Amino acid sequence: MCDTCGCNVTPGNEHLVRADGKLSRTDDGKAAITVLQSLVSENDHQAAHNRDHFDRHGVLSVNLMSSPGSGKTALLEATIDALGHELKIGVVEGDLETENDAERIRARGVTAIQISTGSACHLDAHMVHSALHHMNLDELDLVFIENVGNLVCPASFDLGHHHNVTLLSVTEGDDKPAKYPVMFRAADLMLLSKADLLAVLDDFDTGKAERHLRELANNAPALELSAKTGAGMDAWFGWLRHQIGEQRERVARRETRVPAVQSEGKTLHTHDHGHIHSHAATEHAHAARARHRHTG
Amino acid sequence: MHELSICRGIINQAEALAVEHNARRVTGIKVLIGPLSGVEPALLAQAFPLASAASVADGAELQIEYSAVVVRCTACDTESEVAPNRLLCKKCGAWQTQVIRGDEMLLASLELEKNETEPDRLAV
Ligand SMILES: Nc1nc2c(ncn2[C@@H]2O[C@H](COP(=O)(O)OP(=O)(O)OP(=O)(O)O)[C@@H](O)[C@H]2O)c(=O)[nH]1
Ligand SMILES: [Mg+2]
Ligand SMILES: [Zn+2]
Ligand SMILES: [Zn+2]
Ligand SMILES: [Zn+2]
Repeated sequence: MCDTCGCNVTPGNEHLVRADGKLSRTDDGKAAITVLQSLVSENDHQAAHNRDHFDRHGVLSVNLMSSPGSGKTALLEATIDALGHELKIGVVEGDLETENDAERIRARGVTAIQISTGSACHLDAHMVHSALHHMNLDELDLVFIENVGNLVCPASFDLGHHHNVTLLSVTEGDDKPAKYPVMFRAADLMLLSKADLLAVLDDFDTGKAERHLRELANNAPALELSAKTGAGMDAWFGWLRHQIGEQRERVARRETRVPAVQSEGKTLHTHDHGHIHSHAATEHAHAARARHRHTG
Repeated sequence: MHELSICRGIINQAEALAVEHNARRVTGIKVLIGPLSGVEPALLAQAFPLASAASVADGAELQIEYSAVVVRCTACDTESEVAPNRLLCKKCGAWQTQVIRGDEMLLASLELEKNETEPDRLAV
């Protein structure tokens, strides 16, 4: 356990949580302890472990998030069709109720592991971990995780991936980054999907969508594309190829990358619990001991 | 409604800390939440009794401190309190800011009822 890890204690909030001592007695014989650990620290530890799996195998992992029906699976299908000969791709599908999306991916000749945990509204690092153990990462260059269609919940859970790609289909309106700031602040790349429909929509303004994204202090690129017509897809493929190159370099330097949304505290703060993360027989009872490597 | 899974995480952490600190019960839990964490305080408060039932924190008081969003401008270094969807510097208008407060979701502290029979190995 990293009791005092305080992953997101920042200079700005520190005074709110600081107490006199780590353990202090109150009058009635009760003890008060200062903890300062993330509410999702269990998930974060599991995510760090997942990231370690990806990094050990030199795999780039991308988390796709959007509202339901924004075109995540269609984007994956078109990406597999275009890059399948050049990159070995695997997909973790967070379609919780049906096998539809996984089947669409498998029809492309690509491994798709379905996460089926009923009606959850987001994926978490533990779900992704079990899926990863049904995948041969040695054979892959790139793993997509298609999250549950939801613009709220998935943003709070690190899955151990390297990049958040958030889709906003042009039929949803250009104000979505302002309405869902937590989600869009986390985006490393914003894809304005179904751009072929721009011709019939008179009120979607790409510039406005991008402005709303900047107002979240996010400098992520925004790309217009259509999985249906192929327009704009080359820029997306270029981004992917670039990130795969970056991931290979990071792996060679024994570094990793944590997705965009990290508080200042997290980037300032590095710690190593000193446990060597060994992948021996007891491998997966040790989520809480996964070694952290925060490199921002 | 991911607040229920977040609550379960809090309870698991509280159980581990109770064991570590030789406590039989957790009577109070203080969390610190910011608007940019994606956690809704009202939903968290609603989920807590459900998640804590029959746990070491059954009946514990959950205290939620909700912070404002504060950004620091990377251009002029000014700090501004802002709305969660307009993280702009109030002095120079730049969007190149860093969130210094308001995206936290922290377990801040616990109040424990100690086991009286055993020595308090962690007292300071
Ligand atoms: N016109 C147009 N329609 C698209 C495009 N991409 C997807 N669609 C349509 O949008 C609908 C939803 O697409 P999906 O790919 O299933 O969306 P999704 O985000 O995977 O949906 P969930 O997994 O259910 O959240 C389907 O009817 C697609 O044919 C596009 O580029 N242009
Ligand atoms: Mg889908
Ligand atoms: Zn593992
Ligand atoms: Zn939810
Ligand atoms: Zn400024």
